[in-house]
Amino acid sequence: MSEAAAAFLKGWKPGPLMPRSDARDGGLTFVIAVLCFFACVTAVAALAADRAASGWTSQLKDSATVLVRPTGGETADAAAARAAEALADVRGVSEARALEKEQAAALLEPWLGKGVLADDLPIPRLVALDLDPQHPPSAAELEKALKARDVDATVDDHSLWIRDIVRAGTWARAAALGVSALTALAAAAVIAFAARAVLASRREIVEVLHAAGAKDGYIAGLLARRFAAMAFVAGVGGALLAGGVGAAARLAGGGQGLTPVLPVAWIDLAALLPCPFLAAAVAALAARSAAIRLLKETP
Amino acid sequence: MSRKPRFTPLAPEADAVGAEPEPVLSFAGVGLRYGRGEEVLREISFELEAGSFHFLTGPSGAGKSSLLKLIYRAERPSRGLVTLFGQDLSVLPRRQLPLLRRRIGVVFQDFRLLDHLSAFDNAALPLRLAGRAPRTYRDDVAEMLAWVGLGSKLHAMPPTLSGGEKQRLAIARAVIGQPDILLADEPTGNVDHEMAVRILRLFVELNRQGTTVLIASHDQDLVARSGMPQLRLDQGRLARVEEAA
Repeated sequence: MSEAAAAFLKGWKPGPLMPRSDARDGGLTFVIAVLCFFACVTAVAALAADRAASGWTSQLKDSATVLVRPTGGETADAAAARAAEALADVRGVSEARALEKEQAAALLEPWLGKGVLADDLPIPRLVALDLDPQHPPSAAELEKALKARDVDATVDDHSLWIRDIVRAGTWARAAALGVSALTALAAAAVIAFAARAVLASRREIVEVLHAAGAKDGYIAGLLARRFAAMAFVAGVGGALLAGGVGAAARLAGGGQGLTPVLPVAWIDLAALLPCPFLAAAVAALAARSAAIRLLKETP
Repeated sequence: MSRKPRFTPLAPEADAVGAEPEPVLSFAGVGLRYGRGEEVLREISFELEAGSFHFLTGPSGAGKSSLLKLIYRAERPSRGLVTLFGQDLSVLPRRQLPLLRRRIGVVFQDFRLLDHLSAFDNAALPLRLAGRAPRTYRDDVAEMLAWVGLGSKLHAMPPTLSGGEKQRLAIARAVIGQPDILLADEPTGNVDHEMAVRILRLFVELNRQGTTVLIASHDQDLVARSGMPQLRLDQGRLARVEEAA
């Protein structure tokens, strides 16, 4: 054996059976990166929506409102004070506050405007309750306490609002997950199309590999690994970009994120970490199944 | 060289089953057409015994390459039966094809080298696909390439090789796994006479070790010098059989 041959063999490693790169790789990587970006942003939005819904639900669960109607010759303020006194003794009520007339009027301002209320207009009095979040009393228990003191009042434990918020939160989560799934499907379709194009353009290589005894699964595996590597890189790019957008949203909005409606937390950005791995897995599966289907059509 | 003819032509109506040893390759009433065109092979019937050496001759367009493709099942016959190693290729499950093809060495007329791999990696391909560890075949491949005169071009990429070098590399790839049957489509078409004789010697040596050899060639001089029997195709039919000299 010549010295040159010996030197070659010393550093030799088997080369890749499929060419590592293709002229279309750049464009495809960009498309997958953009899809990964959308999937990541949607995932962060889903987490933020979930947090917002949980926060609102928690705030509503921690409080209740009682509408008091004066009876007999009792003034509204006196009735409200009596109701607050009755409710303060109920187990699970941390604090009961009767709102002054001015405070009640302020609540009506958004609907009626400022300074339009006549002095003699009977404005219902409200009692605001802060509840023990661990053991909040039920509306029935509060009504029972009021009835015991002969107070005519209606208890609003916010259950209607809570149901609506929980429903809205569920829909928001489902929509975000749906968009993420659609994005993943779109990425899979793009990769499957690209895998078929690569196989078509490498038909001669496939024929040689087949003739030399390569199994369909082996050839499909070569493509799957190639596209998985490409999707991993694209996933890193998309996740980094989405991370940048998420960080900007968090910084722009202070403690509450961009807006209180969609509060992004730093921990949400951890959800982007699996993106490159998921992108690689989706790419590998899509490329493999597309390749297997196409290879089965060969003799 | 006196050699017992191992080629047995079959009449289309002949019974292939008999007391003779099991042939390694058998064609019975085989026809092949591409799409809706005319048949390129018609009523081909013959058998090759294990360890035999034959040339497949005939003018250009006679169907030599098509016949070889039927053997490694790059094509399926339109009619008739092709049996290799006792297996009917028409009904062979797809999952069993790779194992069958690993027993076949193919030299393509257009070489079909993988341009993105070195000459060494091209030659090593069948061993690699058979799942062998690189260290177990490294020296064998280097030796084979040296034997075909490419010992100084292990690292060379196929586009940088001459036509003759590509041909020799294609041959090295086909024989490196010591296949049970070697199919070669015009393997000496791009080499000089000296190299052609050398390649023929390689095939003969492989044949002596038990490999069945079928070489499609229109090099009548080489065929005559070899003294090996021929299958002669003409217009898609097995027209003439010339036994060994």
